[in-house]
Amino acid sequence: MEKKTPLYACHERAGGKMVPFAGYLLPVQYKTGVIAEHMAVRTACGLFDVSHMGEVILKGADALHNLQKLLTNDMSGMAIGRVRYSPMCNEEGGVVDDLIAYKIAEDCYLIVVNAANREKDVAWMRDHLEGDVSLTDISDGIAQLALQGPRAQEILEKLTDETNIPKKYYSFVREASVGGIACLISRTGYTGEDGFELYCACEDAERLWNLLLEAGAQDGLIPCGLGARDTLRLEAAMPLYGHEMNDAITPLETGLGMFVKQQKEEPFIGREAILRKGEPAIARVGLKMTGRGIAREHCAVYRDGEKIGETTSGTHCPYLGQAVAMALVAITNEAPGTAVEVDVRGRRIAAEVVPLPFYKRSPKA
Amino acid sequence: MNIPAELSYTKSHEWVRTLPDQTVEIGLTDHAQTQLGDIVFVNLPQEGDTVAAGDAFADVESVKAVSDVYSPVSGRVVAVNEELLDAPQRINEAPYEAWMIRVEVETPPQGLLSEKEYAKALEEEA
Repeated sequence: MEKKTPLYACHERAGGKMVPFAGYLLPVQYKTGVIAEHMAVRTACGLFDVSHMGEVILKGADALHNLQKLLTNDMSGMAIGRVRYSPMCNEEGGVVDDLIAYKIAEDCYLIVVNAANREKDVAWMRDHLEGDVSLTDISDGIAQLALQGPRAQEILEKLTDETNIPKKYYSFVREASVGGIACLISRTGYTGEDGFELYCACEDAERLWNLLLEAGAQDGLIPCGLGARDTLRLEAAMPLYGHEMNDAITPLETGLGMFVKQQKEEPFIGREAILRKGEPAIARVGLKMTGRGIAREHCAVYRDGEKIGETTSGTHCPYLGQAVAMALVAITNEAPGTAVEVDVRGRRIAAEVVPLPFYKRSPKA
Repeated sequence: MNIPAELSYTKSHEWVRTLPDQTVEIGLTDHAQTQLGDIVFVNLPQEGDTVAAGDAFADVESVKAVSDVYSPVSGRVVAVNEELLDAPQRINEAPYEAWMIRVEVETPPQGLLSEKEYAKALEEEA
């Protein structure tokens, strides 16, 4: 039986089409539809319920030491109030999950993990903790709302003091208040747009949701579902666990090498395996469908009749008005312009390797 | 839900319109397009292809999913609505105008649902 997020009633009222996802019932879209919701985020603003995400607190004098051991990115030198993304690897260098870590205090971090991996992650981390540190899964008490799009800041400014709004991307304000509701405001997201993620207590979620929608109505803010969340992240070429990443693929193989700091002082779990494997033999590439058709995940990719890999995600991207896919292919095929074919349910559709991301927001004027 | 009285239907949510020359037009119902969401791609057969009752003859894709379209009749495709290739959203906008193919049927179609029967089938499905 799927769980309901604290916003379930809001979604039902708004005509959300509820589907099971990662153990929760969440709206895949509202009456507006995926395309309108996607476009709202690119051109104005969208509000997502992402309360299914897992939140874990790591606390103790050895919190940083444990993070350094668990995560491939270098978490040292992070200031309080900053956020950092990192893969978390197993002994073989495969990805257990990818997550973001918030530095709350010198000895305290908030870690946000994928809903589908929450239990696995907590067990993995617990099994590897050492020294003075405790881990608490606080997911069930926390709601998360994502306010995403070029107008997100304007909307937030109507409800909170300027000092509550984090200035830099990947930073946060911990004890903020939005319309009188206590929340942590983080300048992060999963859409390729500027925006915020707001964490609050479950009992305040509905009030915060309604307050934001009301404040943003004139600015074109609409609620958005999981469908748009997926097309947005794909258009922005952001990897998704279970698609571009899994426990048998190393971060280097899926193009996340910049988040793997092999030289950091404290070695991380999986480092030996990653070093042993050396230069990756596969690469994550972008594919633009040049023929007629839409590739989805797990479509075989061919070059000159020979199979070179498989798609990991694919869809029709509303903003680009173009079908695109990400694929893991043998590394000799990664050059942009390489002509390939994708097997879409038995038909070979022409495609071309293109640079990632497919979409990048223009810098603020 | 819009279910025009003059058309026939299938349980798999296609509609059938018999034209004066006895060829039939096939499309997707209002219910089907609502369930699919924004349609962004349609794959159609070609003129001259044969279709068999109960077999998939086309597929439509929304942003998130692919769905087969099944032929309610057996026969030969005499026309294809090529407008849909460039404007698949026509199926969302006007499902009963957005015919997909016209078929010259071998035998009169069988087992189709009337408007009332289709409405009942939808109720049972929900």
